[in-house]
Amino acid sequence: MGMTITEKILAAHSGKKTVEPGEIIESTIDLALANDITAPLSLKEFEKVEATKVFDPERVVFVLDHFTPNKDIQSAENCKKIREFALEYGIKYCYEGGECGIEHALLPEEGLVVPGDVVIGADSHTCTYGALGAFSTGVGSTDFTYGMVTGKTWFKVPESIKFICYGKWQKWITGKDLILHIIGMIGVDGALYAAMEYEGEAIHSLSIDSRFTIANMAIEAGAKNGIFPVDKRTLAYVKTRGKRPYKVYKSDRNARYREVIEIDAASIGLKVACPSLPSNVKDVKEIKDVDIDQVVIGSCTNGHLEDLKIVAEVLKGKKIARHIRCIIIPATPKIYREAMRRGYFKIFLDGGCIISPPTCGPCLGGHMGVLAKGERAVATTNRNFIGRMGHPESEVYLAGPAVAAASAIKGRISHPDEVT
Amino acid sequence: MILKGRVWKFGDNIDTDIIIPARYLSYTDPEALKVHCMEPLDPQFHTKAMKGDIIVGGYNFGCGSSREHAPIAILALGIPLVIAKSFARIFYRNAFNKGLALLEADILNKVYEGEEIEVDLTTGVIKCKEGEVKAKPIPAFMEKLINDGGLINYLKKKLRGA
Ligand code: SF4
Repeated sequence: MGMTITEKILAAHSGKKTVEPGEIIESTIDLALANDITAPLSLKEFEKVEATKVFDPERVVFVLDHFTPNKDIQSAENCKKIREFALEYGIKYCYEGGECGIEHALLPEEGLVVPGDVVIGADSHTCTYGALGAFSTGVGSTDFTYGMVTGKTWFKVPESIKFICYGKWQKWITGKDLILHIIGMIGVDGALYAAMEYEGEAIHSLSIDSRFTIANMAIEAGAKNGIFPVDKRTLAYVKTRGKRPYKVYKSDRNARYREVIEIDAASIGLKVACPSLPSNVKDVKEIKDVDIDQVVIGSCTNGHLEDLKIVAEVLKGKKIARHIRCIIIPATPKIYREAMRRGYFKIFLDGGCIISPPTCGPCLGGHMGVLAKGERAVATTNRNFIGRMGHPESEVYLAGPAVAAASAIKGRISHPDEVT
Repeated sequence: MILKGRVWKFGDNIDTDIIIPARYLSYTDPEALKVHCMEPLDPQFHTKAMKGDIIVGGYNFGCGSSREHAPIAILALGIPLVIAKSFARIFYRNAFNKGLALLEADILNKVYEGEEIEVDLTTGVIKCKEGEVKAKPIPAFMEKLINDGGLINYLKKKLRGA
């Protein structure tokens, strides 16, 4: 029996020739990540175990991206603790200030994740790096502590579900529409504990940015990881950035899958996930007269250059509707700089948008765009749970960049064809 | 081990933003976290829940973010056990790592709010008014982890070379 890419990576990291779904293994890790919300709990545990060092100061990464630039005293105290810890233990990569970006956009861009890696992160969207053919998954602070100290963790080998996408994408469609379509189809626990693997010509035609978006939202279907085959685009991305050697794994033809789902790319329209579950998905054309108060374009899901490019295309020469706050958050300093260089900032500012420094900010109702009672937002983020962006009686509609930009112009949820 | 407690019922897909909203995540103190537990659904939950109570949920309990603040907040209220039809995987790991017991069983429609139920954690047998239900057994690996006193104690012993 053959193995899937996920099984092969896990076997290689646990010193085994083969692994099977359901098997519990001890795996080495190539990188362990925590942020300003999850690291403080983890450092408390670190003290308890009386460890004297981390397993490898170059493979433990802190990104202070959630409540930063520090939104209040408590957040500042947390960041201070992490900074002091990083200095004391010689942590090479601790990102904050002008170097900081949203963790899951930043790490691949910095070349800290490469194909074939096993990565754990004390953040549920750590599954993003599957876009590069790595096995990566979210854990809690205690598991992170264990990984940070020992360089190892335990996993139950997941079953895999394969999504084969064929055909051509329609205009405006990005990875967000595919993943929303899939979550709408299989539900928020449709891939519980499983690996979501992608294949097919339509997948190879997707940009790396779109692949990040798709892998990022694997957790929204309950999955352990999302994973893509490594192709020319992946290698081009990694070759200019990778800080470590990479290894390409490929699923065997006779690998086992719990399910194989075929998707015709051409059948997918622009999607919106209505409150308050990411699986509550509709075609944007089915949504009529939903007025909004705020638009948020950013996050680890859709704060990439591809997203900002699409927003600039839709917004060019236009103004957003009055009374709408449109907050644009480039995900990393490099994306920020490149968007500025390409002239997108002028389009955004002329259009009446706010440009935020890279931060998670409103995505989790932290700061920089929290909603009041009864307010409604369209966001390119990944979660629309009750109260996710602020008041428990506020609402979030999830969409891709084209719908978000068009909605900002119209002041209600709109298709980009209405404004371009 | 036998636990007896009053039931608090919650539905499907109880996400970690409900268990503890993100705006409180800058706190690490369990006492500061517990007063916001389940706040979006019931701001007074922390005043009503009593030590020994049991949370009962539906599908996919604990989905969403990886925040360990969620099991910490539940435990800080003195709630030792959550029974649900299924659990999201990160929450599952976190709960065991923190010492919050979880049992997978479909009892949401078999119990009423406030009812006292009796649960044998070792056998997984849940006794409620409507009769007995057997939960899925806790995986042997998780049981070992609990017996070792949780992941952190296990690691501490390991580092001491014990
Ligand atoms: S952008 Fe949102 S989903 Fe992504 S890491 Fe930050 S808070 Fe989490």
